[in-house]
Amino acid sequence: MSRRHGWQRSVLIATAIVFVLLFLILPLAVVFLDALAAGLHAYAAALVEPDVRAAIELTLLIAAITVPMNLVFGILAGWCVGRFRFPGRNLLITLIDLPFSISPVIAGLILILVFGGNGLVGGFLAAHGIRVIFAVPGMVLATIFVTFPFVARELIPLAEEQGNEEEEAAAMFGASFLQILRHVSLPRLRWGLLYGVVLCNARALGEFGAVSVVSGRIPGQTNTLPLEVQTLYDGYQVQAAFAAASLLALFAVLTLMMKGALERRHRDELRALRRVRAL
Amino acid sequence: MRPRRSILPGFAPTLSASIAWLGVLILLPLALMIHVALGLGWRGFWTIVMQPRVLGDLRVSVESALLAAAVDTVFGVIIAWVLVRYSFPLRRVVDGLIDLPFALPTAIAGIALSALYAPRGWIGRTLAPLGVHVAYTRWGIVVALIFVGLPFVVRAVEPAIEELEVEQEEAADLLGAAAVQSFRHVILPALVPAIMTGFAMALARALGEYGSVIFIAGNKPMVSEIVPLLIVTELEQFNFEGATAIATLMLAVSFALLLLVNLLRGRLVRSDV
Amino acid sequence: MDERSTPTWHACGRRTLLAAGAATGAMAFAGRARGAEPGTLLNASYSTTVELFRAYDPLFAAHWQKTEGRHVSLRDSHGGSGAQARAVIEGLPADVVTLALAYDIDAIATAGLIAPDWASRLPFDSSPYTSAIVFLVRKGNPRQIRDWPDLIRNDVSVVTPNPKTSGGARYNILAAWAWAMVAYQEDAAKARSYLRALLKRVPVFDPSARTATLAFTRRDLGDVLIAWESEAYLAIKEAGAASFEMVTPSLSLLAEPPVAVVDKVVDRRGSRAVAKAYLEYLYAPEAQDVVARNFFRPRDRNVATRYAAQFEPLKLVTVKGFFGGWQKAEKRFFADGGIFDQVYGHGD
Repeated sequence: MSRRHGWQRSVLIATAIVFVLLFLILPLAVVFLDALAAGLHAYAAALVEPDVRAAIELTLLIAAITVPMNLVFGILAGWCVGRFRFPGRNLLITLIDLPFSISPVIAGLILILVFGGNGLVGGFLAAHGIRVIFAVPGMVLATIFVTFPFVARELIPLAEEQGNEEEEAAAMFGASFLQILRHVSLPRLRWGLLYGVVLCNARALGEFGAVSVVSGRIPGQTNTLPLEVQTLYDGYQVQAAFAAASLLALFAVLTLMMKGALERRHRDELRALRRVRAL
Repeated sequence: MRPRRSILPGFAPTLSASIAWLGVLILLPLALMIHVALGLGWRGFWTIVMQPRVLGDLRVSVESALLAAAVDTVFGVIIAWVLVRYSFPLRRVVDGLIDLPFALPTAIAGIALSALYAPRGWIGRTLAPLGVHVAYTRWGIVVALIFVGLPFVVRAVEPAIEELEVEQEEAADLLGAAAVQSFRHVILPALVPAIMTGFAMALARALGEYGSVIFIAGNKPMVSEIVPLLIVTELEQFNFEGATAIATLMLAVSFALLLLVNLLRGRLVRSDV
Repeated sequence: MDERSTPTWHACGRRTLLAAGAATGAMAFAGRARGAEPGTLLNASYSTTVELFRAYDPLFAAHWQKTEGRHVSLRDSHGGSGAQARAVIEGLPADVVTLALAYDIDAIATAGLIAPDWASRLPFDSSPYTSAIVFLVRKGNPRQIRDWPDLIRNDVSVVTPNPKTSGGARYNILAAWAWAMVAYQEDAAKARSYLRALLKRVPVFDPSARTATLAFTRRDLGDVLIAWESEAYLAIKEAGAASFEMVTPSLSLLAEPPVAVVDKVVDRRGSRAVAKAYLEYLYAPEAQDVVARNFFRPRDRNVATRYAAQFEPLKLVTVKGFFGGWQKAEKRFFADGGIFDQVYGHGD
């Protein structure tokens, strides 16, 4: 590379590193350090509190429902958008990307408009004892909304890049749609699929804005872990808040490592994704 | 809507399932929101939206988002360049960390940044004697938005840098161009589309960001309060109409801004050819 | 092609339907299962009682276990009093409400979820403890804030929450008004200008008393916080006496936070017995002791005597005595177009 520009190279690298240190590493570090500030015992005690444990369970439950549903949608959308050309295809892609451009708070708002007490179907559901807003179903819907595009956005460009030859060959041999999906497409797409699932999962676990709006904020019942962190932080329990936060931060680091490993091993397939749009 | 002569099965079911899913989950709620907003009537909508607090908060949101996206663009390009072109110790670690704002929950980022920049935090206490207050001011908002927007720029620009034709740079070198000239006239124009895309994505994210901002912002109306927080405040008062009107305004402004950026990108790309 | 795709469409459709059904079932189950057993109780409280109920809940649970031999799991939700009332009306499944003012519970009663005579079901108009309005200032009182007139000085920034959502905020404003009426010899016009000047000194109206306290203590917002005595004491305890001090105004307002069982919810869930016991136990001596330790003024005479040093005698007026009760006060001051709106203008 340009070795003549030695000092410029050093300046650029130094700038990059300082920026990353300041904006990325320090915040991550402060989570762990403040969590452990009162010692290991206090850290452990904060994590076994019933409210925190309930929050962890709820967060995992929501992710367990959200990720598979978005996975199914992603596969379906990936198929029709990634392998066919039709009028309105671009519109569909724009719609799929829509949750990315909408503030999570607005996502929560529109769910309240539909499912709230005075909402479109809220009254009907309430009469049958089904509560959506202020309860877990609302939180699941909010999470599905914001994490919805992740898998589809990975599979569509990947399917486009890979082309339809193998699928068409299978079809010519008489394979059904599900057979083609199971034996031809999904195996080829699996790294993109996994990548999308990792991202979708990370976001589902960490979603805050949309869920905050539709949740009843009842500690121990309708608080996810991010919401519980806020409850603790606003309740004079800063160290406990950071302890709970550290769990999420740890998982974030894990996500980054999984993402990195996937990218390194399947660089070529995943390169296609980067080229089309960021992440 | 059947594609011509494709022998692949499954088009109709997957398309209808996708449309149904999208319709129920996204279109229906959004349409309802616009319906409610329209139901307020032109005057009703305008009355809500023209309140000083709404306009003031909008200004705070937009200005902070633009500034943060700009900072992200400058440093994002540098970081992307460094990651693609140079090798140095810990390069892989840096590369992995870039995506942290994407993997870390926004609320966690919020309390972490708040703790860092508060008057008693590590950075806050260094800046305080210099008279610089970040936490609980408008600068807090910008810092949080810089955090969330960074990966968008870096990841948008990296592929473009990877695809740069090295020959052009070498030609510029041979002709005696200084590094800066080479950058300005050879490299930068080729990167402009990607940079604009990254800027647009960082901007879009910054406008709607909530979790990472509310802990570090001052949340003072018209001074350090962002529009998403205003919407939540209205919701807490169960003022659904107010919240809907403000949300509709915010969506309109966001789309307008992004359209502007995309148009600008289109013009810059064309003028270069 | 069509013969092939038709059976697969059916299969695909059926499977998708099955999956959707399973997911919906899971969500409904999740929505119902949590909080469906009568072995749990949800208390919708206002924002400054977090610590109080954190201390009270285990006490009651032990009491319930001892007297009834049954285990009960207690949950509290906190938020601005007005906001919580609205939430209950909108469907928050609270078995009991422990709010900041009678008006908020009346609102829930008007919506049909609580019997109209709720206040007479427990002693002291269903208010097991009280507090008073005081000022919290920075240590050393750098702005020399002694009483209500100091709050409208140009160099003073006042923190008080939003009366539309916070019960505490409404007490604050009524207290200010009461003082002004007494100070200006019942001149309502002068009282209005005082209130207008006071509201001008407020940089931001937080949604609840607790968030206002945090804004003052953690974010260094403002020079003086108008708050309940309980909240002021708690802030001093949490932040350290080296950071803040309490100033008692010459005239204050008695805060009487009431409690009530949410009839509609307990009848649906079958939790009336435990809900009733939960509220009644608040008046028991052990519970009143917990109340006092959390800086609320207990109703129990003996406990009050024990903690006399903590609660200095204040010149107090009551909402009933001075304003004719919450219904009148709410209508006059906080309803749309009321004095607050007139004095503060549109918007928050």
